[in-house]
Amino acid sequence: MRGLAFAAAAALVLGTAADAAAADAARGQDLYESRCGGCHSLDANRVGPAHRGVFGRTAGTAPGFSYSPAVKNSSVVWNDRTLDAWLTNPQALIPGQRMNFRVATAEDRADIIAYLRQQSAR
Amino acid sequence: MSESIDLRRRGLMRASGVTLLSASAVALLAGCEKMAVAQTGNTAGDVSILNTALSLENEAISAYQIGAGSGLLQKPVLEIAVLFQTHHKEHRDALIATIRKLGGTPVAAKSDAEVAQALNAASLKNQADVLRLAQRLERGAANAYIGVIPSFGDKALAQVSARLAADEVMHWTVLSQALKDPLPAKALSFGA
Repeated sequence: MRGLAFAAAAALVLGTAADAAAADAARGQDLYESRCGGCHSLDANRVGPAHRGVFGRTAGTAPGFSYSPAVKNSSVVWNDRTLDAWLTNPQALIPGQRMNFRVATAEDRADIIAYLRQQSAR
Repeated sequence: MSESIDLRRRGLMRASGVTLLSASAVALLAGCEKMAVAQTGNTAGDVSILNTALSLENEAISAYQIGAGSGLLQKPVLEIAVLFQTHHKEHRDALIATIRKLGGTPVAAKSDAEVAQALNAASLKNQADVLRLAQRLERGAANAYIGVIPSFGDKALAQVSARLAADEVMHWTVLSQALKDPLPAKALSFGA
């Protein structure tokens, strides 16, 4: 039983890594600009916070942005897994947040996350 | 329940004589505010979404103000920009009225100067630059309104979000034509 649980966990981790490796950052840029660009920019706080550097950042800590108390007080650190959960259903990850925008397709989320990871490194 | 909402909406629309988005949106919402509380118990969540939408509309109003005041737009593009700004003001007014009806507090708008800085308005050098910025913002706004639809507790508010998205797509289409951009080659080019 324990072996099965380990195998399932390993498959999940490997699956996430494989998804991240397969993600298309160039397509993610197009998706980011069309889906996220209404509220976000990489380098400026607008309706939502600036996104450059989001990878590895603790939620609610982008300089100069006024966050909801829910996000500000959360201990979420943005990585592949948490960003995927956030884009799937932000309210489920951090109840009381203000974004509420969802990206329904796993492939779209993976590509957007790949783009954010790429830009965070620059 | 939804039938009574529709009846109230039609009555208000008839009474006004002129059907404006703000009037119809508020009427729709005014008819469903009690239902939102009773059926979903998620009014605070819906108010939060509406406030985010209000921030987006405030930014659009400022963006068109910056464009119209830039001296870069010629007629008839200038007139179209002013008309689209009027639409966004009607969206803003409808959202503020609805947020208040639901017991929330509307967020304040940023100054035009703050928005200009965030949108890097200093880089706008000609009419096409202004149109391209407006086009980008309208597409983003349409997708934002589509992307929050599943998060609404109240289906009537989700419908309003779709109507707001439709306005933004209409703006995007006109701006794209002004820029002589090709039409989308594939269907379902907006939203998730």
